[in-house]
Amino acid sequence: MLILQCPCCGVEAEETEFAGGGQAHLTRETVGASEENFEAYLFMRENPKGVHFERWRHANGCGKWFHAARCTVTLEVFGTYSAQTTRPPNEICDKITARRPGWSLKDWGSGKFA
Amino acid sequence: MSTRLSSAGRLLNREAAVKFNFNGKYLQGYEGDTLASALLANDQMLMGRSFKYHRPRGVVASGAEEPNGLVNLGQGARFEPNARVTTTELFEGLVAESQNHWPSLEFDIGVVNNYAARLLPAGFYYKTFIHPRAAWKHVFEPVIRKSAGLGRAPKSRDADRYEHFYAFVDVLIIGGGIAGLQAARAAGAAGVKVLLIEQTPHWGGRAPVDGAEIAGKPAGDWIRDTLKALGKMPNVQIRTRMMGAGIYDHGYALAYERLSDHAPDNDLPRHRLWRIRAGQIITTTGAIERPLSFAGNDIPGVMLASAVRDYVVNYAVSPGDRTVVVTNNDDAYRTALVLKEAGLEVPMIVDARPDGGGALAEQAKALGIRVETGTAIAKVNGGKRVTAVEICPQAGEGKSMTLVPCDAVAMSGGWSPVVHLWSHCGGKLIWDADHAHFRPDPDRPPLGADGQGFVSVAGFANGAMGFGDALRDADDAGKAAAKATGGTPKRSAAPKAVDVEMAPMAPVWKMPQGAGYKLRSKMWLDFQNDVKVSDVQLAAQEGFESVEHTKRYTTLGMATDQGKLSNINGLAVLADSLNAEIPQVGTTTFRPPYTPISMGAIGGEARGEIFQPLRRTPTHDWAEEHGVYWEPVGHWRRAYCYNHKGESVEDAVQREVRATRASLGLLDASTLGKIIVKGPDAGRFLDMIYTNMMSTLKPGRCRYGLMCTENGFLTDDGVVARLDEDTWLCHTTTGGADRIHAHMEEWLQTEWWDWKVYTANLTEQYAQFAVVGPNARKLLEKLGGMDVSKEALPFMAWADGKIGGFDTRVFRISFSGELSYEIAVPASQGRAFWDTLLDAGEEWDITPYGTEALHVMRAEKGFIMIGDETDGTVIPQDLGLDWALSKKKDDYLGKRAQERSHMADPERWKLVGLETLDGSVLPDGAYAVVEGDNENGQRKTEGRVTSTYHSPTLNHGIAMGLVLHGPDRMGAVLDFPKVDGTIVKAKIVSPVFYDPDGEKQNV
Repeated sequence: MLILQCPCCGVEAEETEFAGGGQAHLTRETVGASEENFEAYLFMRENPKGVHFERWRHANGCGKWFHAARCTVTLEVFGTYSAQTTRPPNEICDKITARRPGWSLKDWGSGKFA
Repeated sequence: MSTRLSSAGRLLNREAAVKFNFNGKYLQGYEGDTLASALLANDQMLMGRSFKYHRPRGVVASGAEEPNGLVNLGQGARFEPNARVTTTELFEGLVAESQNHWPSLEFDIGVVNNYAARLLPAGFYYKTFIHPRAAWKHVFEPVIRKSAGLGRAPKSRDADRYEHFYAFVDVLIIGGGIAGLQAARAAGAAGVKVLLIEQTPHWGGRAPVDGAEIAGKPAGDWIRDTLKALGKMPNVQIRTRMMGAGIYDHGYALAYERLSDHAPDNDLPRHRLWRIRAGQIITTTGAIERPLSFAGNDIPGVMLASAVRDYVVNYAVSPGDRTVVVTNNDDAYRTALVLKEAGLEVPMIVDARPDGGGALAEQAKALGIRVETGTAIAKVNGGKRVTAVEICPQAGEGKSMTLVPCDAVAMSGGWSPVVHLWSHCGGKLIWDADHAHFRPDPDRPPLGADGQGFVSVAGFANGAMGFGDALRDADDAGKAAAKATGGTPKRSAAPKAVDVEMAPMAPVWKMPQGAGYKLRSKMWLDFQNDVKVSDVQLAAQEGFESVEHTKRYTTLGMATDQGKLSNINGLAVLADSLNAEIPQVGTTTFRPPYTPISMGAIGGEARGEIFQPLRRTPTHDWAEEHGVYWEPVGHWRRAYCYNHKGESVEDAVQREVRATRASLGLLDASTLGKIIVKGPDAGRFLDMIYTNMMSTLKPGRCRYGLMCTENGFLTDDGVVARLDEDTWLCHTTTGGADRIHAHMEEWLQTEWWDWKVYTANLTEQYAQFAVVGPNARKLLEKLGGMDVSKEALPFMAWADGKIGGFDTRVFRISFSGELSYEIAVPASQGRAFWDTLLDAGEEWDITPYGTEALHVMRAEKGFIMIGDETDGTVIPQDLGLDWALSKKKDDYLGKRAQERSHMADPERWKLVGLETLDGSVLPDGAYAVVEGDNENGQRKTEGRVTSTYHSPTLNHGIAMGLVLHGPDRMGAVLDFPKVDGTIVKAKIVSPVFYDPDGEKQNV
């Protein structure tokens, strides 16, 4: 039962108040996309052992979506941030690097941000 | 025999005798007894039969770790199986019976398994019953099931109350022994909010029994003084009979409080489940003594040395007159001393260590007790009770040298810290070779949201194996936890305790060391599940090298006690068989709860009427008064039909359909979702959400629309009305209202966040009624207020206005194929408007109808229903809804997915109508079969039924279904097998059975 802070309303609450929404920072593929790209968009997800960026919704609260940077092994939460961005903010990445020396955003998401 | 001693008994109230019933016999105990101690006091050592071999079993332990003493407790609505006798407090009128035997505890037929034990080794069931495959389901499983199972399931509804309770504390301390008390005192003194919980009714743990002296006084006095000090701290809360059941992520813990198990007549809930968030958690859960593995170690009368001590000191019960103590450590000598002090005989202390013990051993010898070092028990003699033990050298193969008559054996294989709670949330363990046990690795604790450890362990649970060490450890832990949660620890030293000098223990995993197969196959590891040393060795031999695999193959540690006694012994045997070190083999995973908790506690208050919230429409009460037959739809209750007196549900549905088609029907459609979508980009947004073009809809008009997921599958449908230039009202299905609103919000917030749109779910703000049938317009005209003529309000138009004085919004939409008006009024006016419609409609015999009549009428019209024609794998094209897929739009959710090869496959089954040749109703979900089998050996199919009803309008069965090339095969006859093996033949027809040209709705 994780504790997360909703960056939209500021409430710090436990997992029952939120709903997980899978991997963050997907790029929507649509008409015109190749079969491979569209399949990857629909079905292929990262499953890292360690740092991950996830979508969450404050479902039983303000109703807003947000993103969380989290370690899937230790359950450490590095921070939460607005869902209305296409890449993790620098300050969140810096926090992760401080806790996981040597980590870089390039390592995540099959090199999406490399 | 086991009997009550003349001494007082530390926990007994000798003034208060308590009567109870075991297996139909009335027995007597005292207040303060557990069921275990009271049974022993009545010489009832035999308490049950084992799971697999039905061997006679007596109590082994004195606490939560007990594997054998399980009984059916209580009767009727208070019946519960598998209650542990050691944790069941005695109360007046308690009724218990032993389980897992037939016909009686003393004489049990199932014991034949015991004599066949050689034929039933580990994996026996897996190996024996695999062939022939078909026999498993029809022959083996039913027979095995009959003889399996522990206890029996209760039959009545639970008469007790249960509740959940939420708590938020800085420091949670689990375990109320001396370490827990000291940790609470240290943390409490630092000013933080502390909760200390203890699973038994008593504080102080083992210290008083084991004769600890703390701060110069007997442990009992120190405990009393410490409780007094804690009582003066308003920031410290302490609770007994409350077990720490599990520790979870980020400081979450579950605790299980038993409020009235010991006093069933009090007015409290039976159990309370505490859901605790703590800043820091300290587990001071002590240690559990391990059995020794020697042949016959499961015979009633063989007990843990510490348990024997507990029964004598706490309950004034002697488990036997002549007790042999067998040990690999000094602690068990305490039991010999206690027995001797109570005037009981200790014929021999069998010490497996060649060099024997330390100071306690000297004391024992001084009392004249015979101590044999380097020896072992070769074998216990006896059936339902120990009669003697045969002694041999530990180093040998078990050749018996001496026969020692006795009626009890007190065994000690060393102590294992209770590391369960530490391990639940990822705390790691290290192997402590000195004590031959696993203990928490302080460098690898469970981590919180901040990446820092939030659990610490103190005392014996942390491997501090002396009173003084335990107190210092607990004091440090209490202060550290308080500091981590903002407290200011006092500069005080931990109380001092004197510990006797102990000689080192020696790991003994098998007794004697070189025991042959015959002896090993009588050495029990897991008493409850009947797993022996030979079984684990067989598993290793057969290649089950992982401890988790061995566990599942042998069922070691899988019983209700979860291997509290057997775990370490079992994996030591496995390590030995694999020629590996114990730490390399590792432990199985510890999972919550620590001991079983009741289903009632998990459910809490959520039962009966408050199991889940109930959503009521404005006509709910009216329906209750008019014979409603409810259908649950999500949290809503919708009327399935309204029964007249003496009328069946089927008849009511047929009547409602006929009356509506003939004259006038009335439906409460309030549960349909109503979502407002508004803003300058609302049209653009809806063009993405719906497959249709919604941006071109004119204000004042309605359009039926489909919504797909990004996978292309149809997810919801409904009528959209454009209210004004930048406002649309989207109707969804009843079940879809919240889901579709969330779906819209997800896309708006996470993909098109720069689009100027907002949404609001107004489902509950409006009551909405469908006035349906040839006389619908006459009724509205009679009530008056607005022009509802075909010219002013044509089909698929809507208008605001007054009807009968009510504020209404009227939609000319039809889901029945009849002339139909759906009329929304503010929810607060809903009931009044309903009553008005009923009154005014009387002259046309207005008939309220429910969801089933709605379904029948829509099926007669060939309209699809989300959840019937769709199941998450169906696309609009399958349903012949291509007309609703806009060709003009570049994009909508699902468009790209519908271009994928499988979606565009011409072999996809498509929607058709089905009409049985004999007029009967096709079974729901039936499949149409063709000759031949598929690659899985199943009959080949070419279609399936999605909706099926008896049509009162046409007076025969009608159905819709998805069929291979269906629309191209009009008139073809398909075979639908029924469950009884017969076949129904049905013809492919148009799905529109009634008024195919739509003349009736468009008038």
